[in-house]
Amino acid sequence: MAKRIEVKDLDIYYDKFLAVQGVSMTIQPRSVTALIGPSGCGKSTFLRTLNRMHELVPNARVEGSVVMDDDDLYGANVDPVNVRRQIGMVFQRANPFPTMSIYDNVAAGLKLNNKRLKKSDMDDLVERSLKSANLWEEVKDRLHKPGSGLSGGQQQRLCIARAIAVQPEVLLMDEPCSALDPISTQAIEDLMLELKENYTIVIVTHNMQQAARVSDTTGFFNLQGVGKPGELVEIDETTRIFSTPSQKATEDYISGRFG
Amino acid sequence: MASTTEAPPRKNRVPRRPGDRIFAGVSTGSGVLILVALAGVAVFLVTEAWPALTAPAEDIPGGQGLVFYIWPLLFGTLISAVLALVIAVPLAVAIALFITYYAPRSIAKALGYIIDLLAAVPSIIFGLWGMNVLAPVTVDPASWASEYLGWIPFFAGPPSSTGRTMLVAIIVLAVMVLPIITAVVREAFMQTPQLHEEAALAIGATRWEMIRMAALPFGRSSIIGASMLGLGRALGETMAVAMVLSASAGGITFNLISSDNPPTIAANIALQFPEATGVGIHTLIASGLVLFAITLAVNMIARAVINRRKDFDGAN
Ligand SMILES: Nc1ncnc2c1ncn2[C@@H]1O[C@H](COP(=O)(O)OP(=O)(O)O)[C@@H](O)[C@H]1O
Ligand SMILES: [Mg+2]
Repeated sequence: MAKRIEVKDLDIYYDKFLAVQGVSMTIQPRSVTALIGPSGCGKSTFLRTLNRMHELVPNARVEGSVVMDDDDLYGANVDPVNVRRQIGMVFQRANPFPTMSIYDNVAAGLKLNNKRLKKSDMDDLVERSLKSANLWEEVKDRLHKPGSGLSGGQQQRLCIARAIAVQPEVLLMDEPCSALDPISTQAIEDLMLELKENYTIVIVTHNMQQAARVSDTTGFFNLQGVGKPGELVEIDETTRIFSTPSQKATEDYISGRFG
Repeated sequence: MASTTEAPPRKNRVPRRPGDRIFAGVSTGSGVLILVALAGVAVFLVTEAWPALTAPAEDIPGGQGLVFYIWPLLFGTLISAVLALVIAVPLAVAIALFITYYAPRSIAKALGYIIDLLAAVPSIIFGLWGMNVLAPVTVDPASWASEYLGWIPFFAGPPSSTGRTMLVAIIVLAVMVLPIITAVVREAFMQTPQLHEEAALAIGATRWEMIRMAALPFGRSSIIGASMLGLGRALGETMAVAMVLSASAGGITFNLISSDNPPTIAANIALQFPEATGVGIHTLIASGLVLFAITLAVNMIARAVINRRKDFDGAN
């Protein structure tokens, strides 16, 4: 588990609109990479190209390459479904399946592709995933109750459990804490630090303290100008970005003197 | 979940705006009006059916009493409506899914129009179509079915030579209820939250798996509701069934391809009313009362089914 992702000269288009231009970066395995930057500079757009979720938008496309441990994710014969089985995603708003129980939410991915699992194996995997997501103790007595009955923070951890149940290599998180209270946020941040032992994690966050707390590497995205595409300004060790960034724009953004 | 401090009870002094008051009045009024109309229909049916309910058995057409008169009709009504739904609901769901998730935009639009157009065709046209076009076409397949699939009760035969059979009535009904079911279901699928679709795709679901995980559960109560709408329409449909089955009369049978199926309640009323007199009229109205009760029950069951798993429902 946990693979390296190599992005090279990636341009991302929504139809004719160039949203993000020229991104190159290496995402290290077993580490947390944080992406920060002002709204609308293309962080979510970029993140979603890592597991080809952007393809849900009609006419969205990329130029350039994304390679995960020698596998070109955009190769001619690559099925995006397989990409997403290896690169999971957690969204800004917790989105457990409302018609499913807690158990079934976690098991949802395991049941895909006609995988036939024995009930006991399934139980084990569900339990292990919920434990990895630090949710087991809170829900073990109500596994067959609806997931929508949990608090926001619990729902988000349920979504993380669902994502890791299929044992992906990489976990993408798009502002996973932005709708949560500080205590739930803390729980998810702790979780990220545990999960990076086994997964490659990429997180988009608006919260710079959060980036500083959880990430090993930080990338700063910015707009090249009004109406221009977004770009990756720089990416470096988190401690370096937050102390001595090499770009003035990064320093301005970090210190709140933006624009 | 944090506990909120209890607010002291306090008088609601917000002035009621005229718009609110008018709206409240109009909506309450309409609600009451519907109840009054429903009660009026029920009272009419019961009072007009009463003479038949109390009449001696030999006065009822057929001479064997009310139950023996109505029961085959009721059977015909239920079997035609239910089997029509068995055909129409899967087809409607498939069409709605195709339009929402698979078809290229232009085809989806065209298909949507055609389905809506189907809803605008008067039922007499469907009757003519069933009687003159569909019925003859079914003659050969029906005799084939009775020969090779005769062990299935539906195809026991002997096949009708005109083709004006229960099978044709069922197909006509299925086509007639298809548009309304498709429209309601498609509307539901279009509102499937993108959040849930993405949740499914992000764990590696194919499009069909995404539909099973997100769209179908979300649309489930709409599918049930739409089916009940269709069932209500199929139960009450009169002209088309009357035209197809005008020549048939008979007892209770699952045999769909012979000519001795009972007609439906509504079709029977349409066929018999012009010539009915005296107790005959009251008997027909009594059968109408049964249809009314069945339709009401169907709707109540539908509500119960929709509400049963509210906890797990899509809207939260
Ligand atoms: N589905 C879409 N269709 C067209 N343009 C989009 C879509 N999603 C985002 N964009 C555009 O792409 C740019 C980057 O947006 P986004 O990736 O959401 O930024 P961020 O996550 O950094 O706030 C914006 O200009 C936005 O308007
Ligand atoms: Mg975003």
